[in-house]
Amino acid sequence: MVGIPSRHRSLALLAVVVAAQVLLLAVQIRRERQGRLIRVWSVTLISPIERAGVWTIDNIRDIWGHYAGLRSTNRENRDLHEELNRLKLRNIVLESKAAESDRLASLLAFRQSHQEVPMVAARVIGAGADPGSKVIYLNRGEHSRLKRNMAVITPDGVVGKIIEVYPEAAQVLLVTDKESGVGAMLADSRTQTPADGLGEPRLALKYVSNDEKVYVGERVVTSGQDRIFPKDWPVGSVVAAKPANPFQVIRVQPAAHLQHLEEVFVLLSQQELEPQKDAPKVTDPAPRKSAPAAPPH
Amino acid sequence: MELRASFEQHIEVHKFRNGAVISAAALALVLQAFLPIYIHRAEVLELPLLITIYFGLSRRNPSTGLLLGTAIGLLQDSLSAGPLGLYGISKTLVGYVASSIGTRLDTEHPLSRFALTIGFFALQQSVLVLTQRLLLAQVEPIFSMPMLIRALINGAIAVGLFALLDRLRKS
Repeated sequence: MVGIPSRHRSLALLAVVVAAQVLLLAVQIRRERQGRLIRVWSVTLISPIERAGVWTIDNIRDIWGHYAGLRSTNRENRDLHEELNRLKLRNIVLESKAAESDRLASLLAFRQSHQEVPMVAARVIGAGADPGSKVIYLNRGEHSRLKRNMAVITPDGVVGKIIEVYPEAAQVLLVTDKESGVGAMLADSRTQTPADGLGEPRLALKYVSNDEKVYVGERVVTSGQDRIFPKDWPVGSVVAAKPANPFQVIRVQPAAHLQHLEEVFVLLSQQELEPQKDAPKVTDPAPRKSAPAAPPH
Repeated sequence: MELRASFEQHIEVHKFRNGAVISAAALALVLQAFLPIYIHRAEVLELPLLITIYFGLSRRNPSTGLLLGTAIGLLQDSLSAGPLGLYGISKTLVGYVASSIGTRLDTEHPLSRFALTIGFFALQQSVLVLTQRLLLAQVEPIFSMPMLIRALINGAIAVGLFALLDRLRKS
């Protein structure tokens, strides 16, 4: 009763005594299927606290689990992203190697199918510094017996000609250069005309009269008249042909992928070649004098 | 506050002879337990309640009044078949209220004693019924005619009994 005003002491005492007797009653009273009332009360009183405690702990555990899970998920996500990037890079490398392998296989098949033709395989090691000029550099030069005006081709078609030779490199002027050209003819009509470079991706057939029927898609091959490229080697295909004065305006899409050159062949002589169609195939040409050919470095 | 203090100073707190309270309470409990055996109609009596009321009104100390009520009620419970505390709670409240009222009302007049007894009887019954309903899940009627009759009878007896008990006071 310490600290309680005297006039409230009796009231406090009343409360205590009544509460004690209520508890006393609760201890004695037994309810059906619920046990003693004090137990019912205790359970009723404690169970919400326990329930709240369990709920709180469960939620905390849940939140912590989510948090920890998110942390690990975040870390895992970061790791997976890194792994994905590594795999992407590896995939690019493998795709590149696969493409290179295909290219090399194609080149090898081409080379094997033309063993009688002296040629040197070379790798493109650079391009011209001048954007206006269409030149490339090869990793082969004088030491590989390369000389000026030698034809450079791929299994797809003509590429250009060597304009400068160095001991271990050579400069090639692509057929698309403004100063370049190749003796060509329409494959179907056999109409001969030079295919000149325009300094752009396409070539121009400048001297085809309006009487000649030229259709889009018609193949253009080398005529052999320039004494650089062998006859009947693919130059490209007509993509546009319009009548004009005095000659038709014809544009040709080069057959060789000049924008993506990586390996090429340099013909050491203007010997005729059997053009490859779609897939490289080994032909059985008449035996001729073969010349050694070195693989690209 | 000063008026109230002055009023309370003039309230007479009755003293009783040594052992009078205990003896009266014990006698009331004994009679309450044994009288119905011989006199069936004595069941209507609530002698422990009357003792609680009387000494509560006379002593006019709420603490002692409620403790006396508690003691009498628990003893009454112990003599009955019901759970301990049922009468204990009700008589605790009666003792407290009686002691509290005793400081404010004239409790010497027979009529007021009659009326107060009926009121305390109703209070005890209310607390009993409430306790039974809340704790024992027993639905007892709050009011009934036999209960009213019991209240009136106990009120009437209280007038005579209280006059007898007045003789135990110290002069």
